[in-house]
Amino acid sequence: MLYIKCPYCGLRAQKEFSYGGDATVKRPNINEEVTSEDWDNFVYMRKSPRGKHVELWQHIAGCRQWIKVQRDTATHEIFQTAKVTEEIR
Amino acid sequence: MSQPFRLNKEGLINRNKKISFTFNGKKLFGYEGDTIASALIANGIHLVGRSFKYHRPRGFFGAGVEEPNAKLQVEFNGHSEPNVNATEMELVEGLSASSQNCWPSVNFDIGAINNFLKMFFPAGFYYKTFMWPKSFWYKIYEPFIRKAAGLGIASLEKDKERYEHKFEYCDLLVTGSGPSGLASAYAAAKNGAKVILAEDKPRFGGTLLTDDVSIDNLSGKDWAEKIVSELKSMPNVTVKNRSQVFGYYDHNMLVMFERVSDHLEKKSKFTPRQRLWYIRAKETILSTGSIERPIVFGNNDTPGIFLSAAAKEYMKVYGVLVGKKPLIFTNNDSAYETALDFKKNNVEPIILDTREEHSSELIDEAKSKGIDIRFSHGVIVANGYKKVKSAKIGKLTKDKNSFEKIETIECDCICVSGFWTPSVHLASQSGNKLKYEEKIDAFIPDKKKQQETSVGASNGSFTLEESLKHGFENGSNLSAKITETKTEISIPNVNEKKYGAHDKFWCMPLPKNENPKRFVDFQNDVSVSDIEIALREGYRSIEHVKRYTTLGMATDQGRTSNLNGLQLVSNIENKIVPEVGHTTFRPPFTPITIGTIVGREVGMEYMPTRKTPIHKWHKKNNAVFVDAGAWKRPRYYKQGNETLFEASKREAKNVRENVGICDVTTLGKIDIKGPDAAEFLNRVYTNAWMKLPVGKARYGLMLREDGIVLDDGTTTRISENHYHMTTTTAQAANVLSHLEYYLQIVWPELNVNVVSTTEQWAGAAIAGPKSRDMLSKLYPDLDVSNDALPFMGYKEADFFGVQSRIFRISFSGELAFEINVKSDHGMFMWEKMMEIGKEFGNQPYGTEALSTLRIEMGHVAGPELDGRTIPLDVSLNGLVSKKKDFIGKNSLGREAFNIESRQKIVGLIPIDRKSSIPEGSHIVQDQNAKLPIPKLGHVSSSCWSVENNNPFSLAIMKDGKNMIGKKFFAVSPLKNKSIEVEVISSHYVDPEGKRVRS
Ligand SMILES: [Zn+2]
Repeated sequence: MLYIKCPYCGLRAQKEFSYGGDATVKRPNINEEVTSEDWDNFVYMRKSPRGKHVELWQHIAGCRQWIKVQRDTATHEIFQTAKVTEEIR
Repeated sequence: MSQPFRLNKEGLINRNKKISFTFNGKKLFGYEGDTIASALIANGIHLVGRSFKYHRPRGFFGAGVEEPNAKLQVEFNGHSEPNVNATEMELVEGLSASSQNCWPSVNFDIGAINNFLKMFFPAGFYYKTFMWPKSFWYKIYEPFIRKAAGLGIASLEKDKERYEHKFEYCDLLVTGSGPSGLASAYAAAKNGAKVILAEDKPRFGGTLLTDDVSIDNLSGKDWAEKIVSELKSMPNVTVKNRSQVFGYYDHNMLVMFERVSDHLEKKSKFTPRQRLWYIRAKETILSTGSIERPIVFGNNDTPGIFLSAAAKEYMKVYGVLVGKKPLIFTNNDSAYETALDFKKNNVEPIILDTREEHSSELIDEAKSKGIDIRFSHGVIVANGYKKVKSAKIGKLTKDKNSFEKIETIECDCICVSGFWTPSVHLASQSGNKLKYEEKIDAFIPDKKKQQETSVGASNGSFTLEESLKHGFENGSNLSAKITETKTEISIPNVNEKKYGAHDKFWCMPLPKNENPKRFVDFQNDVSVSDIEIALREGYRSIEHVKRYTTLGMATDQGRTSNLNGLQLVSNIENKIVPEVGHTTFRPPFTPITIGTIVGREVGMEYMPTRKTPIHKWHKKNNAVFVDAGAWKRPRYYKQGNETLFEASKREAKNVRENVGICDVTTLGKIDIKGPDAAEFLNRVYTNAWMKLPVGKARYGLMLREDGIVLDDGTTTRISENHYHMTTTTAQAANVLSHLEYYLQIVWPELNVNVVSTTEQWAGAAIAGPKSRDMLSKLYPDLDVSNDALPFMGYKEADFFGVQSRIFRISFSGELAFEINVKSDHGMFMWEKMMEIGKEFGNQPYGTEALSTLRIEMGHVAGPELDGRTIPLDVSLNGLVSKKKDFIGKNSLGREAFNIESRQKIVGLIPIDRKSSIPEGSHIVQDQNAKLPIPKLGHVSSSCWSVENNNPFSLAIMKDGKNMIGKKFFAVSPLKNKSIEVEVISSHYVDPEGKRVRS
């Protein structure tokens, strides 16, 4: 079971979180024209990297904040966590 | 009642307390502190089971977790447990054990015929024999294999025991209380670290209990006792025996299985049977020790053959002799200690040592005590069927491939030692890759992957001095990093015997023309020849050989067989062992009970139960409940002998004719506040929200980004910047996360806050033509006319002294209102409604009537919004704005969503107007067509229309709107029904929606 550091609450068990997918995906702006290719990429296309991956988790049984987690998809090592407004490099 | 193999003095058992038990029906006794194994051996019983494949007689081989044979069905404390390891299970009064995998009895087992047909059971037997024809699998092969698998029988009784889970955090977890574990725990505890020391066995000390050593002039056992009692007195230390750390998971999470009360005759009511600990440790010391491995020889599975360390443990811990004419067969010095212990107890052993004549401290001592030692010797084959009677032994030639001399000598047990294998299971589970240590012919941990440090024998250090030193050092250093305190500890003086080098010898050759079975894996009956066959057939990867032969795949995880199997493969393949590699170790290290994994989450505690504030009233009034997620909702209120069908029909009809009330507290409620709330709703819902006035509600539809409907519900503008959203009961949590996602990540610039208020409000719907009359009595001072409170209107008003919200919304298609009061007043509201509603013929209605009402109205719900439908499919495209952008809008332009013949919602009625149509039925044109019959759609919801007094269903059907008037079949293979139906509009009742506006 993973041990995830919520930037608001500190280290908490994985049980308290729910997974939210790739954090690098950016939704096209509302009220702006978007090509169907860009839209399809946003809705459907996801990389499935082996290794470092920045992903979203929500601390649903805690502060309910969505957070960013940089995790190794093969080893589960967590390198960094951040608020969604912060950058992970 | 004498115990022929019990020594008079030796052992750590409590001779003052006799414990009676039975084995295969025979009454026996042992002492407190015995295991089933030690008590049986004390009674001279060795034959305890039959082997897995050949049903060969089997006896005890080890004295702990390494035991491959002695798995018993055990009844104790009111339960029956299969596959219990007799070498681990402590004796408890009244226990009754019996052999498994034998019929009719362990002494006469019909399955043993397999032993004589063994040419038919080679490696890969199951793969080769049971592959085809495929049709044989379920009826013939599978039951056969199940029966032949012959492990114990799981109880069919409900488990009445209590199991618990515990979550713990610590600085240092120490797994194993041998010398290195005790030293680590002690050093860390002295540094002020929070320490958990876990010991699998009932007694602390590991090898200190059996080895002839002294530490600071104390015996090993006394030193262990001194350290443990000191640790127990420290507030920062938790000391646990009977506790097996069996799994090493991510981020230093270890899981421990504690046998809390299996050994107790009586326990208090709330003492759990077993407890599962989830331990998050900052650092872990793996002091799991090592397990002796055997040397392979002919008929090496005969009862009476033991690991030499096990024989020693039976003497020193249990005061039990495994035999009185022992043959010690070894390639190293450690077995000499066993021989010396036999000698001390006046039993004359003979030592067969595969090494050439040489000298060491232990050999010299054995010689000086007059023990018969035969160098360059080994056991070729054991004789005896149900018990060892003699052994054919041989003097090895210099190349150890053949014999100079062969003779037969009498013996009643053989104690074998092929050197020691570090227990690296937990290290391997942690992700540690392991490395091969030539010096000890075994794998030890390599570079650490997590915060784990192996010390002592599990790290390949086989001397006490080294183990203690490593333990103290690592315990001290690891904890000092955490506590930033370092207490100096002097490493104690150690007195132990020096071992000479071991012989890299693991398997006895066979004389020409002799071919007895030589087992590598006892529990799965894998012999040398099985592995040879697998390699001959082309299996190379050790992982494939393992699966093909099942080597090491039994519940003992190959603790005594893995390395010998690897040696064999490496010999045949002419590779060195590290090139062959090792198989992966997986949790659990030892079998654990399902009850422990489940813990308290059974029955009512399986998940939280959510009850509305009106629950007690429902219960008192004969409500039959249904689960809606975690909620309990009244399905119907039973009157007299009514069936579900009759009751729901009565309730629904009463709503259509008079008025009914329904507890709608379970609907999801989300409070939305902030200056940008309208803009936010406008983006979240498909329809327009910018112009909703204060005091008005609107029905809204939300999509996912892929255009599929997520949820529907009404949202009311309470005040300028304050909205009250409702969701379906099922989607409440998802919708909240969805809103939070957009507010926190996508549009953080919107100044809006959302919070769930589902549990803050109790809700009741009042529906039916008389609902307004009833409402006016509930609010005598309020104008509730159609002008003052129109459809989708909203008012706040005093309800007999409590604050309330009135929404004019309808789920039933009737004139209806929904009243919300604070949860604490829910019961008050409901009882008031029941009291005042009497004169209007008011009756409560449950979810079944609620469904009936919405289905015949053609109002879609969960079964239609099933994660596969877009607004157009369910005729809600009128709610989709063309003018503004919203979540999922761009997806609605996809080609597949716009083809003419796309699925649409329709209504179905049976041609005979009588047969109800099962939900989930497939709609087909011709029910007798050749398979596969093209599926045109499916029935999503069914009811008995109370308005038209015949069955009615909603269906999602290809090109639905153009099918109206046509006839099809609704086929349910599940219910074995095929019903001819006619397609009609999905709005069966009041299609213009006049009633809700009346
Ligand atoms: Zn948090």
